[in-house]
Amino acid sequence: MSQPIENQKQQVNFTLNGREVGGSAEPRKLLSDFLRQEMALTGVHVSCEHGICGCCTVRIDGKAVRACLTLAVQVDGRRVDTVESLAHAGELSDLQKAFRKHHGLQCGYCTPGILMSVEAFLEISPKPNEEEIRDMLGGHICRCTGYTGMVRAIKEVVEQRNEPVPLIEV
Amino acid sequence: MKPKGFEYLRAHSVEQALDSLASNGDDAKIISGGNSLMAMLNFRLLEPKVLIDISRLEALSGIEYKGDYLEVGAAATQAQLQAWPGLAERMPLLALAVPHIGHFQTRSKGTVCGSIAHSDPSSELPLCLALLGGSVVLRSKRGEKVLKAADFQLGMLSTACADDEMVVAVRFPVKRQGAGYAFTEVARRKGDFAIIAIAAEAVGGTIRLGIGGVADKPAVREWSDLATDALDDKLNELAWELGGNDDIHASAKYRRQLVRRLGREVIETAQENGVAVKETN
Amino acid sequence: MNDSSSPKKYLGQSVERIEDATLLRGAAPYTDDIPVPVGTLHAAILRSPHAHADILSIDVTAAEQRPGVHAVLTGRDIKALTEPFLIVLRVPLDQWSLAVDRVRFVGESVVVVIAEDRYLAEDALEYIDVKYRPIEAVIGTMDATKDGAPLVHEAAGTNVVSRRDFSYGEPEDAFAKADKIVELTIDYPRNSQTPLEGFVVVANYLPGDESYDILSNFQGPFTVHPVMSKALRCKGSQLRMRSPAYSGGGFGVKQAIFPYVVLMCVASRKVGRPVKWVEDRLEHLTAAIAAPNRVIEAKAAVMNDGKIIGLHFEQWDDYGAYLRPPMPGPLYRQHGIMTGAYDVPNMTIVNNLVMTNKTPSGMVRGFGGPQIYYSIERLVHTVAVELDMDHLEIIKKNLIPAGSFPYRAAAGALIDSGDYQQALEIAERDGKLEDLQERRDEMRAAGKLYGIGYAAVVEPAQSNMGYLSTINTVEERKKAGPKGGNVAIATVNIDPLGTVSVTADSLPQGQGHGTILSQIVADELGLTPQEIIVNMERDTQRDPWSIATGNYSSRFSSSTVVSAQKAAQRVRAKLARIAAQTLNVPAEEIDFVGGQVFAKGNPENTLRFSRVAGTTHWSPGELPTDMAPGVTETVTWSAPELEPPNDKDQINTSLTYGFVFDFCGLQVDRVTGEVRIDRYVTMHDSGEILNPLLADGQVYGAFAWGLGIALSEEFVYGGDGSFLSGTFADYLCPTAPEVPEPQILHMVSPSPFTPLGAKGIAEGNVMSTPVCIANAVADATGQRDLRLPLSPSKIMGLIDDDEPPAPTRAASEILVKSDAKGGRGVTGSGSARAPAAIQTVWDTLLDPVKLAAVIPGCHQLDLVGENNYTAEVSLGVGAVRGRFTADVRLADLDPPNSVVLSGGLHGPLGASSGMGKVTLTASGESTRIDYDYEVVVTGKVVAIGGRMLDGASRVLVEQFFRRLIAQIEGQNEAGNSAGSWLSRLLKILGVGR
Ligand code: FES
Ligand code: FES
Repeated sequence: MSQPIENQKQQVNFTLNGREVGGSAEPRKLLSDFLRQEMALTGVHVSCEHGICGCCTVRIDGKAVRACLTLAVQVDGRRVDTVESLAHAGELSDLQKAFRKHHGLQCGYCTPGILMSVEAFLEISPKPNEEEIRDMLGGHICRCTGYTGMVRAIKEVVEQRNEPVPLIEV
Repeated sequence: MKPKGFEYLRAHSVEQALDSLASNGDDAKIISGGNSLMAMLNFRLLEPKVLIDISRLEALSGIEYKGDYLEVGAAATQAQLQAWPGLAERMPLLALAVPHIGHFQTRSKGTVCGSIAHSDPSSELPLCLALLGGSVVLRSKRGEKVLKAADFQLGMLSTACADDEMVVAVRFPVKRQGAGYAFTEVARRKGDFAIIAIAAEAVGGTIRLGIGGVADKPAVREWSDLATDALDDKLNELAWELGGNDDIHASAKYRRQLVRRLGREVIETAQENGVAVKETN
Repeated sequence: MNDSSSPKKYLGQSVERIEDATLLRGAAPYTDDIPVPVGTLHAAILRSPHAHADILSIDVTAAEQRPGVHAVLTGRDIKALTEPFLIVLRVPLDQWSLAVDRVRFVGESVVVVIAEDRYLAEDALEYIDVKYRPIEAVIGTMDATKDGAPLVHEAAGTNVVSRRDFSYGEPEDAFAKADKIVELTIDYPRNSQTPLEGFVVVANYLPGDESYDILSNFQGPFTVHPVMSKALRCKGSQLRMRSPAYSGGGFGVKQAIFPYVVLMCVASRKVGRPVKWVEDRLEHLTAAIAAPNRVIEAKAAVMNDGKIIGLHFEQWDDYGAYLRPPMPGPLYRQHGIMTGAYDVPNMTIVNNLVMTNKTPSGMVRGFGGPQIYYSIERLVHTVAVELDMDHLEIIKKNLIPAGSFPYRAAAGALIDSGDYQQALEIAERDGKLEDLQERRDEMRAAGKLYGIGYAAVVEPAQSNMGYLSTINTVEERKKAGPKGGNVAIATVNIDPLGTVSVTADSLPQGQGHGTILSQIVADELGLTPQEIIVNMERDTQRDPWSIATGNYSSRFSSSTVVSAQKAAQRVRAKLARIAAQTLNVPAEEIDFVGGQVFAKGNPENTLRFSRVAGTTHWSPGELPTDMAPGVTETVTWSAPELEPPNDKDQINTSLTYGFVFDFCGLQVDRVTGEVRIDRYVTMHDSGEILNPLLADGQVYGAFAWGLGIALSEEFVYGGDGSFLSGTFADYLCPTAPEVPEPQILHMVSPSPFTPLGAKGIAEGNVMSTPVCIANAVADATGQRDLRLPLSPSKIMGLIDDDEPPAPTRAASEILVKSDAKGGRGVTGSGSARAPAAIQTVWDTLLDPVKLAAVIPGCHQLDLVGENNYTAEVSLGVGAVRGRFTADVRLADLDPPNSVVLSGGLHGPLGASSGMGKVTLTASGESTRIDYDYEVVVTGKVVAIGGRMLDGASRVLVEQFFRRLIAQIEGQNEAGNSAGSWLSRLLKILGVGR
C-alpha cells in the first residue's frame, strides 16, 4: 500500500560528528527525534519541544540551533555536530573538564545543549565577559545548578584558551 | 507534541516556491528559520499540507545596503543581521534592538523576514520596521509589490501577505541625517516576548515613537515641535488608545503605565543620542 | 569487631563527581535512552479541556481505524481492570489512571492511544470524539470551602476533606496576655521545580506469571508501590519497578509518575506488547503535579519588647482534584517544626485539606517548607513593622537559645544541634551586612526603593515515615498501630578480583549521591573513589528496598550514607580478620591505606587489598572459622529518634534539622516595578559537609528555584479552571541573566543523631529565599500583602496604581474593549454603526445563511432545533488555525431590538463557550449596534497561547461585527481573508462571480 505523500520517508544524507551518514525520515520527523532514535545519539536531549529550554541544542554548520525546531529533512547535505563529538580520543575536552571541576552540572540533562552552545558562542566571541556569557546562557534552562558552576567553568575556559601560546625554546 | 504530517518541499528557486504557493494557497506555508512555525507545528496549532523551505535560496540570503535602505532577504538570519558590519553606524536602531530578539541560539536560525511575516505583536523587528517606516517586498506569480510597513501589518499574527504571496525581502531605511535612536524593552526574562518594546527616533524637532507588545500590532506616532509638557498628554492619549492586553504576565494597565513612563525616557534617550551624533559629526 | 576507620581522606573534600565523565559525554542512559524490548508500542494521552465536566460519551471508533493504532483505552477499560488508588484518608475520593465518567481538572487523562510510534499515536488522538457536559468548577481554595460551592467529589460531601486542630503549650493564655496580636494572611501560589526530563514509563506485562516489568524514572518513596500493586490487583512482587541510574532532575516531582505506571501496565496487558510513554512538556506543566498552593492565616502573640509568646496558624492546603499518596505530606511534614527557628512554647494549628478543580498536588522540593516559612518569616517581619522595631532584632530576640540543643519544639520536633546566634554573627560579619545597610541608606537618600530582607529557617531532613499519621486522631492511630522511622539500605560488594561496588536505596537525580558513596566507601577501605563502582539503579525484584526507598526529604545525607558507611565498615572488619590471620597480628591492628592492607606497626609487610578480598571468593576454606564466604554486606538502618506521634500529637517529623539564615538587598525599579537583587547572602549550618563542592551546588540550585518562586514561577488558572501556563514561555524558570550568584557561608554543628553528623542542605533555600526576597520587597515598598510571584506588573500595582484618566475622544467605528476578569476568559463590549434600517440588521442576524457568513470561519449552519444551529468551523488568528464543531443558539429574541447569541466550540485545540448580547437602536437612516460578550476558552490553546488569548478573542469578535456590517452593506470588508468568504457568500446567494 502506498503511503500518503506526507508520510513518505525522504533520504537524508549529512555529515554527523565528522562522519558521512545517511538515513531516511518522514518530512515531519523532528531532528531531535531523528538524531536520538535513528542515529542513536541520545546525548541530544528533549525537554520542551518548543524552543525555550535549549536541551536539544546541536550545531548545524557550526551554528548552535534547536534540534526540536528543525526537521530532519532540513539537514540534508549539512554538517551536524552533537555533544558526542566533544571528547577526543577518549579524553574530555577542556570545556567538559571545566564543567566537572566547577560542578557545572547536576542531573546533566541540560548539559549537552549548553556545551554545544558554548562552543559555537566562543567561536564567534572568544573573549566574552561574564555578562555576555550569562546572556548567551539565557537561551538555556537549567533547573538544578543555578548556573553558578557553569559560568565559572566557561570563564575559566575563556581564560585558558586566550592564554598566549608559550614560546617553545629551541 | 509531534507535528501532523505534511509534504516537504525544499525550494530550489524562488519561482518553484511561488509555483507551489500558487497551487496550494492557504494549505502551504513558507519555512525559513522556523523558530515560530516549528513550535506551532509541534503544538499542532496549524496544519499545513505543504511546507516550502526557502532557507537555502541563495537569492534570498543576502543583506544588501542600497543607499536609502538596507534590504534583508527572506533567508537571512537575525544573527547575520546582527553581524552586518555597518549595523551600528547605519542602522543604529536595529543594532539596539536585535540583541533583544530571542537568544543567541535562536537568532542563529530565525530569519528577519520570518519575524516580520509572523507579525507577533511583541516582536522587535516588526516594531523597528514600523518605526523606521520600512517596507516589505512581496512576490507571487502575479508579480511583485512593495508594501509600507503600516499597510503590511494588519494585526495580531495578521499581515497583508496573500495566500499565494511570500515575503522575499524587507527594507529598513538607513539612519536619517542627524537622527538619534533609542530602544528599550521590558520582558519577564531576558529574551522573552516583550511585555512592552519601545523604539524612538528623534531628528530635529520631530520625534517618532513606536510601541510594541501593547496593542495587536506595532503603533507608531510622530510628533513635531512638541512642547515638553505636552508630551505627557500625548503619551497618555496613546496609552489609552492602545488599551493594552491583559495576560498572565502583565496587566493592560501596567502596559499603559509603561507607555507613559518609558515612552518619555526612550524619547529623551533618542534625542540625546541625536545630539551626540551631531557633536561627533 | 573492628569498627575503627582510617582518617577521612575523601569524605568532607570537594571530590569531583564520578558521574560527570559519563554525563558530559552525553553518554548517560536516561530512561528514554534505554533500549526497549522488540515490538514496544507508544502511547499518547487525550486530556480533558475542561476543569469539571461529565463525560457523556467517548467515541473511539475512528481513532481505532487510524494507521498504526493498536488499541484505544478509556476509563471503562481502566475501571474493569484496576481498583481506585488507595489514599491516606478514609474519604471517598476515587481516582483511576483514566477519568471515569467525570473529569475534575484540565489535563486529566481521558483516553490513551497505543500505536506504532508517538507521531501516529498523536495523530489518532484527533479522531477521538468525547462529549462533555461542563459543570461549574471550583478553583479558588477559599471558594471551595464556602457553603454551596461546587463539590469536586460529590461522594465526599465536602471539599474540606480533612480538618484537624492542634494545641501545644498554653496558647489561650499567651494570646490573652500578649501586648499585641499581629495577623497576616498568606496566599501561597502553585509552582513546581519542573525537572527538564519528563516522566518516562516502559511497561511490559508478562502473562506467564501475570507480572508487570516497569522501567521508569520514578524516584520513590516506595510507599506508593503498594498503592500501584493494589490498583493493578496484583501482589507486590508481581510489580517489578526498575529505575535507571540517571535521571534528568526530579525534585520530588517524579514521585507523581505512579498513575501513569498503572495506566501503561493496563495498556501493555491490553495490547500484549510492551508500551512506552514519554511525557511531553505541555503534559508535564498541565497535568504532572504542583506543590500545593496554600492559604495561611497566621497570628503572633507578641510583647512590646518583641518577644513572641504564642503562634497560631490556620492552613488551607489545596490538593487539587485528587489526593494522591503520599499527599497530604506537605501539610504535615513541617508539623513538628511549625515554630520555625524560634523558641515559642505556645501554638495552635488548624489544618484544612481542600480539594479544587486543579491539577493534583504532589511532592516538590521543600515539601511544605516554602509555604510555611513564607508565612512564619513574613509574620515575623510584620511583627517588626508593627512594633516599629528592627526586623533582625526581632529575629534575634526569638531564636532558640544556644546551648539548648537537642531542643524539643512545641509541636514535637527534636532539633538535634545548632547555634543560631553564632550563625547570625558569622553571616553579619562575613556577609558584610553593615555595608548593605549603608547602601540602603544611600539608595533611599537618592530616592530609590531599596530594601533588605531576612529569613531564618530550620531545614528538616530525613522524614519520619510516621508523620503523616498525625492527620489521624490519637484514637485512630491507636487502632491502626504506630508508624515511625525511616529505613535506609546500602550494600557493599567485592568481586573475585577485589574490586568494590556499592548500591544504595536512593534514586538520585543529579545530586551526585554516587560520588559521595564512593568517598565514604573509599575512606573505609583505603581506596580511591575512582576505584569504587557505584550503581544507582534499583530493581524491586532483585535489590533490597523498603517503603522509605527513594530520593526525597533530603534523606540521603543523614540516612542512606549511614547504611553505606556501616556496610563498608563490616566489609573492612571482615577483611581485617582475614588479613590478621595471614599477617599473624590481632585484627584491631590492621589498617587499609592506598590499596594495601597491613598491620599498623609494620607497614612494610603488606597484602594487596584485592588479594585479601579475593580470598573470600577463591578459597573460602582458608577463611577464619565461622566466617561466611564472599564479601557482600547489606546494612539497614533507622534512627531511633524517629518515634511515632505521641498522645499530645507531638511528632518529631524529621531526623536532623539544619539552620539557614539569609539576607539580601534589592532595589525595586520605580519606573518598571522590576526587582534587582544587589547582594544575596546565605548562611548554612548543615552539620558535617560530605562534599563541599556538591553541597554548595545544592545551595545554588535551591536558591535559583527559590528566586523563581519569588519572582516568576506560577501555575496560573483562569476562574473557570482553564490552565494558562502550559509552555516554558509562560511558566517562567529563571535563566542565567536573572540568577545572581549568592554568597554562601557555612558553619558546622554536627548532628548527634546520625553517625556521619550530616544534615540536609538541598532544601533550605527553597524555604528561605522566596520569603527573604519578599521581605526585602516589603521593606523597599512598605507593602504588607505581597503575593508571589512578585512580577513587575504586580509590584507596580502595589507601589503606584494611579493612572491618569483617558482623554475623551471620538469613538471609532468599531470599538472593542476587553478585559480578562480574573482569568474568567475574556469579556468585552463595543458598538458599531450599520448604514441600514434596524429591520435589515435584524433580518441579517436571524438569517442562517447570512449569519453563517458572519461567523468567523463558518461555512454553513445546520439547523438542529429552533434557533439552534451547529457548524463545522475552521477558526484562527493569523497562521494559527484549528477545526472546531460549533453550536450556536439565539435566545431572548426581542425583534428587532435585541438578541442573545450563545454557543460553544470544541475541537482538538480546546473548548470554548461564549455569549453575546446584541442590542440594536435605530438612529435615522442607520442602526447603532451595541454588544457585550463573554468568551471562556479552555484546553490546549489557552495553555499555549494565553499571551495572545485576549487579543485573539477580540480579533474574532471584531471580525464578527465587521462582517455583519459588510454583510448588511453588501460590500467587501477590508482585510485578508475577506475575499474568500464574500465570494462564497455570493455563490450561496446565486450572485457568484
Ligand atoms: S527541547 Fe528543544 S528547546 Fe527545548
Ligand atoms: S543539570 Fe539538571 S537541568 Fe541542568
